[in-house]
Amino acid sequence: MSDAKIELRNVHKRFGSKVVLDGINLTVPKGQSLVVIGGSGTGKSVMIKCVLGIIRPDRGEIFVDGKNVLKMDSGQREAVLRKFGMLFQGAALFDSLAVWENVAFGLIQGRRMKRKAAKDIAIEKLAKVGLGPEVGELYPAELSGGMQKRVGLARAIAVDPEIIFFDEPTTGLDPITADVINELIVDRVKDLGATTLSITHDMSSVRKIADRVAMIYKGKIIWEGPREKIDDSGNDYVDQFIHGRAEGPIGMDVLKP
Amino acid sequence: MNFFAIIGRVVLTLLAEIGRLSLFIWQSVSHVFRPPFFWRLVAQQMMRIGYFSLPVVALTAFFTGGALALQIYYGGNEFNSESIVATIVALGITRELGPVLGGLMVAGRVSAAIAAELGTMRVTEQIDALTTLSTNPYKYLVVPRVVAAVLTLPLLVFVADIIGIMGGFVVGTQTLDFNAGVYIKNTADFLKFDDVMSGLIKAGVFGFIIAIMGCFHGFNSKGGAQGVGRATTNAVVTASILILAANYVMTSLLFAN
Ligand SMILES: Nc1ncnc2c1ncn2[C@@H]1O[C@H](COP(=O)(O)OP(=O)(O)OP(=O)(O)O)[C@@H](O)[C@H]1O
Ligand SMILES: [Mg+2]
Repeated sequence: MSDAKIELRNVHKRFGSKVVLDGINLTVPKGQSLVVIGGSGTGKSVMIKCVLGIIRPDRGEIFVDGKNVLKMDSGQREAVLRKFGMLFQGAALFDSLAVWENVAFGLIQGRRMKRKAAKDIAIEKLAKVGLGPEVGELYPAELSGGMQKRVGLARAIAVDPEIIFFDEPTTGLDPITADVINELIVDRVKDLGATTLSITHDMSSVRKIADRVAMIYKGKIIWEGPREKIDDSGNDYVDQFIHGRAEGPIGMDVLKP
Repeated sequence: MNFFAIIGRVVLTLLAEIGRLSLFIWQSVSHVFRPPFFWRLVAQQMMRIGYFSLPVVALTAFFTGGALALQIYYGGNEFNSESIVATIVALGITRELGPVLGGLMVAGRVSAAIAAELGTMRVTEQIDALTTLSTNPYKYLVVPRVVAAVLTLPLLVFVADIIGIMGGFVVGTQTLDFNAGVYIKNTADFLKFDDVMSGLIKAGVFGFIIAIMGCFHGFNSKGGAQGVGRATTNAVVTASILILAANYVMTSLLFAN
């Protein structure tokens, strides 16, 4: 596919004897929003960390804008990383810095912007995720879990990146805030032409933000298709997942000792 | 189990660890000389490493100087003690005890603090977050700490030298009834620039060891609070052992002729 922004080919990763990624093939088209769904512990977070170079896969190829990031030296890799924004599942805010400094971090350290100008942008981004300027002066430890998540989101979009990864953007948020966040993600793709890869368990989020949906199971992508197809995917695994049923082909490991 | 298999495994683990440490040191040092430079962070770390270690180092030096004076007096030939005590205290403190004890005290404080801080950042994914914000973690976290420690340790040890000699002077003049003027004259006559300098060179090396061990164990910590605790202990233990070993090597090199 020529308009692929990100492409994973046959990516494998194991930790010790535990196989986490078992030949992932996935393409994120340019300017689209791909949502990956899948059970807890199936390797979704590991997969995006492989793309970001935080985890090195054992085997396979990962292309960003057609270039294999696994073959790059550290300088080229840093250049590629400048295109990315990332919301971590656990927010991963710097707890020694105030909230606004967290949001402005990529601007000040990464882009050498003046602190004053960066602070204005940070406050504007905080407003986008529904947080007032007074929150900017607090420290991450003084925030609730949902607020931390939103600060993480503001930090991920602060530099207006071309590619944004959202690891469970709405987990831990009330339904109304979750919807605000969903809209925000849709805006990023529509208005700024960003390419996004999101991970979520939240089906209303999937329906709102996804252009395409992929399901990961046992380290492989078992289904992929446009959002409209998700309700009649013809795939029992997808059906079980989106309806949240305990019975079905996906067995919980805890049930079989 | 086979005896040789155990030995082999221990040796292999050790070699792997040395390899990883060498790589870590290489990465860190190579970033010292490449822009951007984070001067603010260096200043901040100098404050934390140097200034706040002053009381501990000063007290250690004072009591060591005093105890040294007593030992030399009791153990030595009382006939000549007045000149011997002053000289040996001055040489002992500046050449060996000032740098070594100062280094060990700072290792306890600073290696532990660095390992705990970076370890927490590692397990909460803050170090990964740095990478995604176009900031090299070696440059942002390791380099300022290493540079600050290498610069401040000699200053700390210089202060320790003065206070240690003062400790000997106080005990000599108050407890042992030496003449103050003679004591000072003996100190000044026998103490050479090289003696002080050798101690300060050692201190710089110890500063490097302290910061690198703290950063290395912090960076490689895993597995939550317990892992951070283990990193902290390992940082202090390895830093202390390396300080003592490096001290022996440097003494044999610096005083060979
Ligand atoms: N650094 C690591 N070392 C060892 N095992 C790991 C590591 N990171 C992840 N794993 C393992 O990989 C598996 C997948 O983890 P991952 O975080 O990708 O799950 P996930 O799909 O994101 O789940 P969730 O939806 O709960 O966030 C888990 O079983 C986890 O134990
Ligand atoms: Mg996850």
